[in-house]
Amino acid sequence: MRKNKVEIMNDVHPKIKQFAESIKSKILSSKAPVIEIPIRSLNNVEFNKQKGHFTIKGRMKKRVLAASTSRSFAQTMRMLSLAKQLIESDDIATKRDAYYTAYNWLEAGFKSQQESDEIMDDIEAMLFTLREKLGFIPDEKGGDVVGKLVVIDEDEDKNIVKVDCSKMGTGAFSVPNSVEKLKFETKAKFVLAVETSGMFQRLVKHKFWDTAQCILISLSGVPTRAARRFVRRLSDEMSLPVYVFTDGDPYGWLNIYRTLKVGSGNAAHLNEFFCAPRSQYIGVTAQDIIDFDLPTHPLKEVDIKRLQDGLKNDPFVHAHKDWQQNLKLLLKLKKRAEQQALAKHGLNYVITDYLPKKLADHKTWLS
Amino acid sequence: MQEDIAVDSALKKELQSKLSFAQKAEKPQEQAQPRQQEQKSPEPRESSSRETMQEQKPEENPKPKPRQRKSLVEGTAAERLSKGQRDISVAEFFEKNRHLLGFDNKRKALLTTIKEAMDNALDACEEAEVLPEVYIEIISMGQDRFRIIIEDNGPGIVKKNIPFVFAKLLYGSKFHSLRQNRGQQGIGISAVVLYAQLTSGRPTRITSKIGENHSAHYYELRINTLKNQPEIIKDEIREWEKPHGTRIELDLEASYYKGAQSVDEYIKQTAIVNPHATIIYVTPDGEQKIYARASEALPRQPKSIKPHPYGVELGILMKMLASTTQKTVSRFLCSDFSRVTSKTANEILKKASIEPNSKPKKLTRDEAERIIDAIRSVKIMAPPSDCISPIKEDLIEKGLKKEINAEFYTVVSRPPSVYRGYPFIIEAGLAYGGNMPKDTSASVLRFANRIPLLYQAGSCSFTKTVIATDWRNYGLSQPRGSLPVGPLLVLIHIASVWVPYTSEAKEAIASYPEIIKEVKLAMQELGRKLSRYLSKKKSVQDEIKKRGYIEKYIPHIALAIDEMLDIGEPVRIQIEERLKDILEKKRGKIEKIDFDEDANKEYDEEFAVKRTGAGILDDDYLEEETPEKEANKKENNEKQEADEKKQGGNNE
Repeated sequence: MRKNKVEIMNDVHPKIKQFAESIKSKILSSKAPVIEIPIRSLNNVEFNKQKGHFTIKGRMKKRVLAASTSRSFAQTMRMLSLAKQLIESDDIATKRDAYYTAYNWLEAGFKSQQESDEIMDDIEAMLFTLREKLGFIPDEKGGDVVGKLVVIDEDEDKNIVKVDCSKMGTGAFSVPNSVEKLKFETKAKFVLAVETSGMFQRLVKHKFWDTAQCILISLSGVPTRAARRFVRRLSDEMSLPVYVFTDGDPYGWLNIYRTLKVGSGNAAHLNEFFCAPRSQYIGVTAQDIIDFDLPTHPLKEVDIKRLQDGLKNDPFVHAHKDWQQNLKLLLKLKKRAEQQALAKHGLNYVITDYLPKKLADHKTWLS
Repeated sequence: MQEDIAVDSALKKELQSKLSFAQKAEKPQEQAQPRQQEQKSPEPRESSSRETMQEQKPEENPKPKPRQRKSLVEGTAAERLSKGQRDISVAEFFEKNRHLLGFDNKRKALLTTIKEAMDNALDACEEAEVLPEVYIEIISMGQDRFRIIIEDNGPGIVKKNIPFVFAKLLYGSKFHSLRQNRGQQGIGISAVVLYAQLTSGRPTRITSKIGENHSAHYYELRINTLKNQPEIIKDEIREWEKPHGTRIELDLEASYYKGAQSVDEYIKQTAIVNPHATIIYVTPDGEQKIYARASEALPRQPKSIKPHPYGVELGILMKMLASTTQKTVSRFLCSDFSRVTSKTANEILKKASIEPNSKPKKLTRDEAERIIDAIRSVKIMAPPSDCISPIKEDLIEKGLKKEINAEFYTVVSRPPSVYRGYPFIIEAGLAYGGNMPKDTSASVLRFANRIPLLYQAGSCSFTKTVIATDWRNYGLSQPRGSLPVGPLLVLIHIASVWVPYTSEAKEAIASYPEIIKEVKLAMQELGRKLSRYLSKKKSVQDEIKKRGYIEKYIPHIALAIDEMLDIGEPVRIQIEERLKDILEKKRGKIEKIDFDEDANKEYDEEFAVKRTGAGILDDDYLEEETPEKEANKKENNEKQEADEKKQGGNNE
């Protein structure tokens, strides 16, 4: 088992040594060592139409060792060393574990977990790898899954475990942190990703997955890497379309849906794996607010900003006319609507009318 | 040189009218008559008017000098009646106006006494160009009774003048000349003598000697409150080891406190702005404090100047017209005023429609008024400013350094300016940091002609201007409408031939726009220097911090490399050293800017003012903010900002 793992990690381990070696020789030749890290932000990604997701533009930030950078430089080096130890001992550490481990570094320790997360993201980007491959795993879980799906997993003793997601009772299958080893069996026609767990509960309660022959997944906010990877593999390997159902507001659109479909600006080098380009947006759209006469809330200042920023800076919006129109319409309405606003027409209106209507009419979808 | 005084303001006119009956016995006849009716029974009035006067010796059996007695003996019934009125006049006037003269309460009475005597001593020494050495002793005699002894090494006073200097109100050399002096009206020391006499019943003892070959004269004096004339109780020749000087000894009712407005504080601050003086002070507790002279250089002798037309008021003009020796008004204007040429004089007189050849003594009140009006509309050159003797920047800095152990000192001297025809100079200093408390309001030390001002900070234009200055621009915090907060002390000094006090007690400077403007500009200059220092300090601190980073984090980098590559200790140490070289060669030498407790050689802990911040301000400091005031303030600020910009442009 141990051997196996080291083999898997083999490509990262030499990368770390190689990097340390280059820093060492730079120092010994009396030159200030430099770390180059891809810039992790929206303006360093572009929307790649062919691949269907964000790709990194390749702008790098240089961290030259100087008095003012000496702290973060030292932390980066020590974090790398910790990763190397994790790989060698076949162990894992969550982000929070790593943060606490750094208490032993005394003055080089982190003031907050945010600081240690940043350094971790830096290393991940710098080595063009997955932080899971460095032995660092996320604290948060993926999403909840119910529906026409059997997940084939194996436990620590390598026994095959089959989980039937249609037989979860009132509970749900929870997407694990690492989904790479999972295999699937399904007869579903599509995957339906839902923003709120409230809506998810309603759909599960009334067995919407059964009537619609689908797999339901609850995103609970911006989807985790694992959830994105899980959806991606389902859609790729099982050839399933992915439909996304969120609140009709900028957060649901530009944070949740856009990240699921094309990835984020923050870990752009990983978007290749962590997005589901075959996703399509079914609602709630700005037009739905009008068509379904939904109860609304006024747009907050931050919402308006987010919409304007999206129109101006988001490469995904730039590449999709229908999204531009959608954002503009919402700006014009100056209103937003939640998924649960559909309950105005009856608690189960969403199951009996809204979803069937929307699923049947792909012209109302957004790309 | 010494003469009876004419007065200009309404108050002084009143003073004069009340005090000068004796000299002008023929005049008050008709004035006295109506008064008589008002005060039908002067006797009971006198006893009830002053409870504290009970122990006062009866006025009727002094040893009067024959010359004075004569007029009384010859007096008519009316004059005899008016005796009672006059008797009340001086005492009553004093009683009514004691707050104006600085005797509001027992505590302040002690301070005023010390202050007046010290002012006189220092003025006398400087006029005679002697480095002052002043000895002050306060002896507690129990029950709010004190004996005060003040001795100087000044030129002494000629025998025949001694009684008048000390025991006649409004007698002095200072009032009539426009010359930078501590005292101005000649009311100070005689008011002290009167107060001592009223509260203790004992005469004031004066010893004075004018030179090695002269004998020392000892007098025991009281003021005859009937006539505002000195009464000599004793007149002897005594042995005195001093070559020259004057010694005053008097008993009075007072209370002694320590703290922000104490005699101790006053003497300390006096020493700060008079570094050429040695002051020896024995406190009521018997403690001797010696403030040794820090500079052997006497301040430049201020010159007397004639009044400038812009500062002249009707009363003074009429008095001057009456007493001039010039034969024509035109000549009078040229010779009795400064900066008036014959061309200017004729322009004034033309505007006033007065013949230049008119006789000054013949001018009517109306004509004098026309001259005043004309003066205002004629452009006249500013008065000369060489008559002012500033403390000078280096000595202010020395004084500040003695006063407080700070990390930063800066001093500003403004160019001479003019208000109402009186030239003046504003000097200011600032001390920052060091041992001063960080979270109290700044201290403001105010001085006028080298006199510390301890009371009425809130109504003083100096304090108001410090508050109106936006210190936040210079990196300090400042609550709205308050002094800035921080380890800060500000010193402001005005030197002028005539200091515009808000009252006779000489406690606060009046708000003339010209003075406010100069103080404001001085504050802004100090502020700019302070902010330069603060930003330099910050960058040095940042630098120190960064170097600390290098020390701190280099070992971690080397350690991590060792962990990853297993390089072993020798290489690890080599890496650490290389890293230090790489990082430190880029950084220059670091400037030392830390506060060093022992760096200030001038500082003397014994001497230092205890800084309490809040204690500097008295009760009248807190003014209520009204929206109207706010608006005015804002407007002023804007205006002053514009001024500053203009000023800044000129400077840089």
